[in-house]
Amino acid sequence: MKSHKVTRSQGHMKSIRAITLFSFIVYGLWLMTPPVEAAERFFEIKAKKFSYTPNIITVNRGDTVKIRLLSEDVHHGFFVDGYGIKTSAHPGMEGSLKFIADKAGRYTVRCSVTCGEFHPYMVGYLVVGPNSRFWLYAAIVLVIGIGSILTLRVKKING
Amino acid sequence: MADKLFGLIDLNWRFELTKFKLIRNLFKSRWFPLLAIIFNLFIFVIILIAGLIGGFSAGNYNFGIMIVWILWWVMLMFILVPIFSRAWCLMCPFPVFSDWLQRGALFVVTGLKLKGLGLKWPKALKNMWVMNILFLVTTFFSGFFTVRPLATFILLGGIILLAFLIGLVFEKRSFCLYVCPVSGFQGLYSQFAMAEVRRKDPEICKNHKVKTCYVGNECGYGCPWMLTPFNFTKNTYCGMCLECFKSCPHDNMAFNLRPPGVDLLVDEKRGLDEAWKAFIMLGIAMVFFLTMQGPWGFLKDWVRGTSLKGYLTFISLHTAFSLLVVPAIFFFFSYLSKAFSGAKEVSLKKIFTNFSYTLVPLGLGVWIAFSVGIILPNGSYILHIISDPFAWGWNLFGTRSVPWTPVFTGALGHLQGAVLVVFYLFSLAYGARLSRQTYPAEEQAKRGWIPILIFLTLATLAFLWLYIG
Repeated sequence: MKSHKVTRSQGHMKSIRAITLFSFIVYGLWLMTPPVEAAERFFEIKAKKFSYTPNIITVNRGDTVKIRLLSEDVHHGFFVDGYGIKTSAHPGMEGSLKFIADKAGRYTVRCSVTCGEFHPYMVGYLVVGPNSRFWLYAAIVLVIGIGSILTLRVKKING
Repeated sequence: MADKLFGLIDLNWRFELTKFKLIRNLFKSRWFPLLAIIFNLFIFVIILIAGLIGGFSAGNYNFGIMIVWILWWVMLMFILVPIFSRAWCLMCPFPVFSDWLQRGALFVVTGLKLKGLGLKWPKALKNMWVMNILFLVTTFFSGFFTVRPLATFILLGGIILLAFLIGLVFEKRSFCLYVCPVSGFQGLYSQFAMAEVRRKDPEICKNHKVKTCYVGNECGYGCPWMLTPFNFTKNTYCGMCLECFKSCPHDNMAFNLRPPGVDLLVDEKRGLDEAWKAFIMLGIAMVFFLTMQGPWGFLKDWVRGTSLKGYLTFISLHTAFSLLVVPAIFFFFSYLSKAFSGAKEVSLKKIFTNFSYTLVPLGLGVWIAFSVGIILPNGSYILHIISDPFAWGWNLFGTRSVPWTPVFTGALGHLQGAVLVVFYLFSLAYGARLSRQTYPAEEQAKRGWIPILIFLTLATLAFLWLYIG
């Protein structure tokens, strides 16, 4: 009985290790993928209580991103998570940003100047493709899900 | 053979913290948790004052808004509920006034006869439905009370007043047990908690003729939550007031650490009210994310009520999604489960209800991931407001001028992704066991589990896409 328990436990550890290893390999391969045709991308973004237009910016990893920020009402900020860079704009006084989008994933853009009651929730998205973060975790979930279904064939449901 | 979570943790493992004299004495003292309640009462007085004088100002520099909706909410979802169960109920100041009125004293035990009308709560409402509806209705105003100090004042003031009035009319903690909007989800998610209040030796309780934990004695009141601590089997409705530690003459109550989620396997008082609580919590999480952490301005305008049409659209869609759409999708997968299992003798209601508990770990994970996205970008505001709680120019701790500083927001996607994966694993681990409880035969359980597993996988992927995709 004891040896059976050990075997089952070891089996679980093996599965976890295999899933982890597989996920890291996929993620590593993804990270090593060279950026596709790095280009210079320009966006004119209008800020208005409590959103940006466009609200989602999609670029490729390696692109040089130039932002021109315009405010349509009050003083608004533009802070990019993960990149730690920011600018701001008053009505009639624009802000600008230039950076290389070298980190893949979806990053939230936040207003960095208190602009009204909903200010903490004034956000936009910068999506630097390919969004390896999402695909990494989605792959892990899928591997676990499919693995769980497959293991139903060979082992009892508990333990 | 011991049933082990992930093949590693024995589900029967317990570690009793009250075996340490210091903790046991603390739990038996009448000063605890009263001192914690009084401290929180002091904080809530500041919150209410800040809410009242803050009026319509921007909430991110208001003490009430930041403490309640950033710090307290995150503490609740991060630490209190998943680790310590209903630890917030233990120290919640809202019912202190009705307790005082009913008992006629704050510290000492005055007698077994309580004051007030002491009416019984209506039998038809002895469930989570009132809490479900109240919590959902409260979220209709999320675009106001999470950002407007005055709205927070009205909400909290209303809850405190309601707790008092219900305490005047109905017996003991009827408000906490059946009404408090915050109580329901704490109860549901506390089934996942890594701590519990339980009796130690069932024989001692069996031979103890006067159930002092229920009726009270000179050392402690009978369970204010109207439960029977001598046969606790799950956390859901235990408010952790610790009266049973004080009233037990045999020191037979224990505060244990345990593996997370074991209550989900306790087949007692499972019902549609708790199932709907799980659906509502998932629905609200999605709506909150879309409106607060999503980039869509029109949704923010809807919840802020910039137009009546938009606001009513928000309420209608939110209600329909949380009360109907999520349960309907789950019902479909429950139907598939029954069909796949081939177990005609098992009712669809049982399948639907039992498997709804698989949403407890996933739902908790969804809320923790949501809360990470609230505290990391906005936590630095707390440094400002603790130094200047009433916006009167004070600088109590020298932190008034600390600028807005998002912390680790670059890693937010990884944190949210990892949290969702971990809690998805818990949902699967308990889901398989729930399937075995639901269906009489192993093969039926295996086949019936597959559609629910697919649902959980799709739900996790949906939240992953929403949060980081």
